[in-house]
Amino acid sequence: MANVLIVAEQSGGHLRKATLHALSAGRALSRRTGGALHVVVLGKGIGAIASELAAYGATVHAADAEALAHYTAEAFAPVVADLAKAVGATYVAAPATAFGKDLLPRVGSRLGAATATEVLGFGGDGPTVTFLRPMWAGNVLAEVELATPVKVFTIRPTEFPTAQKEGAGEVKPVAVSVPAQRTRFVDFKELKSERPELTEARAIVSGGRGTKGDFKEIEALADELGAAVGASRAAVDAGWVPNDWQVGQTGKVVAPELYVAAGISGAIQHLAGMKGSKVIVAINKDAEAPIFQLADYGLVGDLFKALPELREKIKAGKS
Amino acid sequence: MPLKILVTAKRVEDPESKIKVKPDGSGIVTDGVNYKMNPFDEIAVEEGLRLKEKHGGEVVVASIGGDKSVTEIRAALAMGADRGVLVRHDGPLDPVVVAGILAKVFEREKPDLVLLGKQSIDDDQNQVGQYLADRLALAQGTFASKAESLESEAEQKKQPGLVLSADGKELRVVREVDGGLETLDLTLPAVVTCDLRLNKPRFASLPGIMKAKKKPVEEIPAAALGADLAPKVVVKKLSEPPKRQGGVKVADVAELYGKLKNEAKVL
Repeated sequence: MANVLIVAEQSGGHLRKATLHALSAGRALSRRTGGALHVVVLGKGIGAIASELAAYGATVHAADAEALAHYTAEAFAPVVADLAKAVGATYVAAPATAFGKDLLPRVGSRLGAATATEVLGFGGDGPTVTFLRPMWAGNVLAEVELATPVKVFTIRPTEFPTAQKEGAGEVKPVAVSVPAQRTRFVDFKELKSERPELTEARAIVSGGRGTKGDFKEIEALADELGAAVGASRAAVDAGWVPNDWQVGQTGKVVAPELYVAAGISGAIQHLAGMKGSKVIVAINKDAEAPIFQLADYGLVGDLFKALPELREKIKAGKS
Repeated sequence: MPLKILVTAKRVEDPESKIKVKPDGSGIVTDGVNYKMNPFDEIAVEEGLRLKEKHGGEVVVASIGGDKSVTEIRAALAMGADRGVLVRHDGPLDPVVVAGILAKVFEREKPDLVLLGKQSIDDDQNQVGQYLADRLALAQGTFASKAESLESEAEQKKQPGLVLSADGKELRVVREVDGGLETLDLTLPAVVTCDLRLNKPRFASLPGIMKAKKKPVEEIPAAALGADLAPKVVVKKLSEPPKRQGGVKVADVAELYGKLKNEAKVL
């Protein structure tokens, strides 16, 4: 029986939505292997999150301790690894976020396990599970086997649906003792935004080099749509917009219903981060820009003219 | 407080090269593909050099691979690194194997700091630094970035983004995480993996390239290090991801709006 342990991600007392995608992947895997589904949440004062998670039907393990108030891989990894051993987990997974990617390899190391990053799906037959994951900036799809008794992986949230509530699971406390640490948390500077988060937004409007640093029209259309704002690496590197607006293989991987790329030529690494979007619109002056090859609707033109015009039409269409 | 820094330089396919899968799915087509140092490792080398320029010390560059990986070591030496270590290994390189080898190199070199790219752009695993830190029971600072942009004055002056404490015992790392920037202090020795916006790597100068030819590069067979070389991540099959059917152009905004509203129904 191959049990599955999912590591929940919370920040500031809120369960991050990516966890629910990881949970549905964990549920699918536990159904296939016939194992039990466990979830662990770590932090300080996480009782409410543990109860929230229990509604999804898994056994929830709550590691609630002062020493876990701020996430560090050094402090969290031994707690997760010890719990994985205690519940007999063959599979240990977390969402492929900054948190999951930082933590899980360290957990894997402690379990003598190999890790697969950004898993998009499962392959193999019956109990032999293989992992599908992107390589070379999403230009190649690889099927990999983890040749260790325990298998660790991070799940790309956009590839799995959110988990469904299916009856109350049990919540169990985890005894935690954290030894002296070599990592000290100093602070976290949140980039606050009134807009939805990129990875959770229904629609995204992104700008690139073609904006020449002026994101006013990008932001105005985003606000009309209730969308998140994204950017290409070029726009971020130029310092025009915050780092965490970057969409791409090296930034955020997104899959909204509508993705509007304005003034973005479509470098491979950007495309790898947004080509899972349901509908892609490209607006660019250069008719030869690679983005047009995968856009559902391409408009050759000036974004500073097209975006306000589109915004006015959307606004008029609402009334 | 001089720092001894170990940096990694993996040989990978040039990100500008077109990657195609072999018809039988056993690998990628290497004909016509150029190779270079992993771009994230270039950032690690640059950061190592800036720390050395500020605090003194030594930058040792390590690569794992066949004969050709010496090219990437020479590239780092041409940027200004002091000497190289090439661990000869022709077998598959997965993060567990690589971290095992690097742990052995760490034990031989005993550096104050290990700097790596956050991931290599071939397998995109993003794991080696984390495995290495756990194996060595060290603190890890992944996705190192900095608060200033790559156009800032600090960057023009080539200031390191990693800040050494006055007593030289801790390193301050700004990490790029979801929703903001996190700052950690790591007790040295520590492992740091570098993200895109930590710095803009320098180009090697002509005198740098000439000097690099005379800098020492030690070659060690992987088997001689006593690390476990058995692959743990086994690639069964490669394929090309499904292609999107795009390429439709609209004449104007009115047509775009109509299509989005009535055809795609996303408005």
